[in-house]
Amino acid sequence: MTTENAPSSMYRDREGLGIWEHRGKVAAVGIGHSPTARRWDGRPESTVGALALDALRKAIADSGVDPADIDGLVMDGTTTTGAHWTAGDPIPQDFIEYFNPSSDPLDGLAKLSAEWILKNMPELKNVTFTMYGPGCMSNSIVVAAQAIGDGLTKTCLVLKGWHNFAGRYYQGGENALDTVPGTKGISSIWGTPASYGTALQFAEYCRKYNKTHDMMAPAIVQWKKNGLVFPEGFWAQHRPEEITAEDYISARWIAKPANLFDNDIPIMVTGAYLFTTAERAQDMKQKPVYILNHVSSRGKARSLTPTLEEVEAETASTGRKIFEGAGITANDLSFENMYDGFALFHQFHLEGLGFRGIKFGEALDFYQTDISPQGPNPISPSGGNVGSGRTRFWMHTDCIQQIQGRAGERALTKVKPEIGVSGGPMPTGGNFTVWSSTPG
Amino acid sequence: MAKQSPVPDELSKPFWDAANKEKLVIQNCKSCERLHHPPKTECDLCGSGSHMEWKEMSGRGTIYNYGVVFDCPIRTLQEDQPFNVAVVMLEEDPGIQMYSHMPGIEVDKVPVGAAVEIIFETTGSGQKVPEWKISENETRA
Repeated sequence: MTTENAPSSMYRDREGLGIWEHRGKVAAVGIGHSPTARRWDGRPESTVGALALDALRKAIADSGVDPADIDGLVMDGTTTTGAHWTAGDPIPQDFIEYFNPSSDPLDGLAKLSAEWILKNMPELKNVTFTMYGPGCMSNSIVVAAQAIGDGLTKTCLVLKGWHNFAGRYYQGGENALDTVPGTKGISSIWGTPASYGTALQFAEYCRKYNKTHDMMAPAIVQWKKNGLVFPEGFWAQHRPEEITAEDYISARWIAKPANLFDNDIPIMVTGAYLFTTAERAQDMKQKPVYILNHVSSRGKARSLTPTLEEVEAETASTGRKIFEGAGITANDLSFENMYDGFALFHQFHLEGLGFRGIKFGEALDFYQTDISPQGPNPISPSGGNVGSGRTRFWMHTDCIQQIQGRAGERALTKVKPEIGVSGGPMPTGGNFTVWSSTPG
Repeated sequence: MAKQSPVPDELSKPFWDAANKEKLVIQNCKSCERLHHPPKTECDLCGSGSHMEWKEMSGRGTIYNYGVVFDCPIRTLQEDQPFNVAVVMLEEDPGIQMYSHMPGIEVDKVPVGAAVEIIFETTGSGQKVPEWKISENETRA
């Protein structure tokens, strides 16, 4: 079985498409997460492959579905957090012996293929549809939702795994050399870290709207709190430490105005969901969470890095697409779980949505209000990457759990969790899903 | 600052060759008169790869905004941390950006909106690279 990336026709990436043709006809019915770790410890049973099998089996068990009834698998084959297996390093013998290999010796160790998953999960004996939704879980989710709606699969696993090896990421390879290929050098020789573009946009945001970086503090403190009551997350499992506003404000800079807490921590973990048709979801173990719409953003920076103006234009368009296809307005959103890795762009997503009526330039003022899960305006109740480490999937898990009533101490109390939106990664490029307690 | 030395490849060679002559050239699609930076094999607008030319710029621009890098991934720059990285918008088309370390400007004191003009630095290999300095006049409103 050869697995391909999803074709562009599966993505709803334009305005004017109308109500999603499969609105309310696809549902999430299972969730599974592996344990988290900061880095790979060298054992075969903690490779990204092993974590993937663990998460998938948990999602299946959570849903109560017989594995033989699963006919689809959508996933991202890339698992790196930025760390790569060093070329020429031997593959550990115990890893080779532990799993059924695919043709790629790094499969299960530093990448994941659908073929590798199926070879190592013999219980998935009836999977006939596999596809990659590359980049992150947000992409795989929209592909799986569209695939089910289109009838390509009826009961489909959705998977995203992350590996993290020893060493500082992005520090090796060409970055350690005295020379750089010319085309890359046009943008790279000034030495900007990954969060620089967001930092630049945020600097311009603060200049344009007369805001300050300190105004982020209540949000970061709250999202860290949310993470500590997210038992699947890294900080809850390994370092249950709250931070104060002062901790945030005094943290070391990475690319000022982005500091340590505005960046997320790379971890090892795998997450999985089980989706099926709304019809089949009716008699399953968990309450179905219906998908009202999925959309994609394909914004392109004109030049080296997106400007604030380009970001705002794209998030506004994304908001319009989200509402158009779901047949809802911003007023229908009970909560939001847009992406936060980097934290300094969460407000762009919020303002593009017009969540609780906020306009461009108003989100940091909104952060000074009660944005906790127990308040009237829940902002990122998952805590996102800030709260639980870099996965780009906590926000989806939280949307499903909130609507199912399984969010534990993160449960919304002042707002009834009926419709939530999640997605990312970037304000200028990502994939977004609208979740609902009813099919519409 | 010890920037890496770019090694011109097919796509970027005109840009770096011009830099060695202390000129700034930017790729332009003749068909739709659209500038591209970084250079591309095809025009964003018309998709043509056969109408690309290199156009000399005035070497004047405006500072859009900046960040200060404290955690740089490039080894050769790490001993100079922290340092400014500003985005300069070209006079001919503000949609076209170039980065600058803003040599001579104190860290975190980059004058946003200031008019700038191009200068060139020589890297370890002898390859020159564009940089920018504050012009004497004009600031962005």
